[in-house]
Amino acid sequence: MKRSRIARIGGGVLAIAVSVVVFLVPFAFILLTAGKTRQDAALLDFSWPEQFAFVENFLAVVQARDYILITAFVNSFVLTVASVAIMVTLAAMVGWVLQRRISRWNGLINFIVLSGLIIPPAVVPTVWVMQGLGLFKTLPGLTLIEVAFGLSFCVLLFRAFVSTIPRELDEAALLDGAGPIRLFFQVVFPLLRSVIVTVVVVQVVVVFNDFTNPLYFLPGDENATVQLTLYNFQGQFSTEWNLLFMDILLITIPPLVMYIFFNRQIVAGLTAGAVKG
Amino acid sequence: MTMTSVTSAPTIPPPPPIEPEPARPRLSGRIRANRPYPGWFYLPAAIIYTILFLVPTVASFYFSLTRWTLFDVEFIGFQNFIQFFQEPMLVQGFTNTFVYAAITSGAKVVIGLALAVLLTSEIVGRGYLRAVVFFPVLVSTIGVGFTFKVLMDPFDGLINQTLAVFGIEGPGWLTDPSLALISVALVDIWKGVGLATLIFMAGIVAIPREYYEAAKVDGAGGWRNFWSITVPLVRPATNTVIILSLIGGLRSFDLIWAMTRGGPGFTSDVIASVIYKQYQAGFYGLSTAGNVILFLVVTAIILPLFIWLNRREVEL
Repeated sequence: MKRSRIARIGGGVLAIAVSVVVFLVPFAFILLTAGKTRQDAALLDFSWPEQFAFVENFLAVVQARDYILITAFVNSFVLTVASVAIMVTLAAMVGWVLQRRISRWNGLINFIVLSGLIIPPAVVPTVWVMQGLGLFKTLPGLTLIEVAFGLSFCVLLFRAFVSTIPRELDEAALLDGAGPIRLFFQVVFPLLRSVIVTVVVVQVVVVFNDFTNPLYFLPGDENATVQLTLYNFQGQFSTEWNLLFMDILLITIPPLVMYIFFNRQIVAGLTAGAVKG
Repeated sequence: MTMTSVTSAPTIPPPPPIEPEPARPRLSGRIRANRPYPGWFYLPAAIIYTILFLVPTVASFYFSLTRWTLFDVEFIGFQNFIQFFQEPMLVQGFTNTFVYAAITSGAKVVIGLALAVLLTSEIVGRGYLRAVVFFPVLVSTIGVGFTFKVLMDPFDGLINQTLAVFGIEGPGWLTDPSLALISVALVDIWKGVGLATLIFMAGIVAIPREYYEAAKVDGAGGWRNFWSITVPLVRPATNTVIILSLIGGLRSFDLIWAMTRGGPGFTSDVIASVIYKQYQAGFYGLSTAGNVILFLVVTAIILPLFIWLNRREVEL
């Protein structure tokens, strides 16, 4: 009994020590370098800043290239809110009907939904389609792209959750004379609350951190999103490391806040389907 | 990260059969039962999905057979594919894709399972450890890439300076052509192992305690428990981790782009970075051929694996 307790504490201390080296040191490095002066940061070493330049670096990053970071934050914010709102509403409708409606098309629809998770999007043909619709290089265009690529994941979560809602509730609402739209938005939607929170939180992190899609479908400075601003401080010949790491720090804050507040929902969303009920 | 519930689809029980109701005249039971669930609810999602995902996917098969620039499209048959498999740099990207996916998903399974066992045991500092292992999953991939690029610098980087303290001369992690791809894969594992751990933890927690108690009565040790109880019973979680990390690994682009841009030379290129490079260079047909190849690779690996893993699951 006693030996196992020693092992438990010893193992824990060892694991904590390893985790500090492997996981915390990189984050500490970001934090420290973000607070250094330019010359100090250029040494790239893991050390206490000789002189703290936190505020200066913050202002320099915000002001860089005519306040592009502010533009980028606004763009990313609009993109994230709009695409997640659309994605969640449409996916909830699909997930609900797909689970409830009896039809021989269900197999095909399930297949199409799954393929959205597996198939890598074809880049240039997508650009071609967007150009044809006048959506290329526009924020609404990128928003719809995020919706299209994120739908599958959301539909699967919603469909799984709808199967836990008893049909009797639908029927009760129908007896009260509700039509399909009222049934869905006034009865079903509120019942989906917990899974909606999960989907929203997971997708907000995904869309906010997305780099590839903005790179392809929203090029150009006036349209920058936060992930692309990181390239601002990597010059052709020299890199302003202190500003780069300050920028990394700033764009890490929103996911960090999400994580602190919605830890449980994120975990629920990401592990859904891993365990058989 | 967005693809977590791939394997969940077949696990969801089919909807319970509807109680037979007395059919009203002129309305069959099915139509009546479906009436509150209108088919047009599919429509808005279907339109966006079809136009921006399905149409480009289907069109890619045609455009991959063309020489395609901004101005015109010329049909050239399988020329792009032939070129893809003849130019050494493109072939390298092709093989690297498999190496990268195999390394990252293999490591995520092994390390993820080990960490999950550790983090579900009664260990000191469990909450802290869980949080710290998972947090990199949520951080910007590009930010992580840039950070490790600095840490892996052959001369000034923290990793090699630390090794130097112990008298070891660290390699040029990202500058050595034979090592660059592996180094990026290591960072991918660092960033993604938290998700695998989380999925395994959910699987382990779901194993009924009675199995372990019975094994204890029979005198089984920790090692035996792990191989005879934990490993077989977390099978669904293992399948999810394998499928997810393979899909992610085969398609991975942003980390490689942030750390090496496919270099040095083209030794750490993968199909996804080749697609981007050809796109930038204006070879749209070739880029799209890369997309079709990636599509075929992913499907050819994931689909049989998916079916095979799910069948094994049923047999258990």
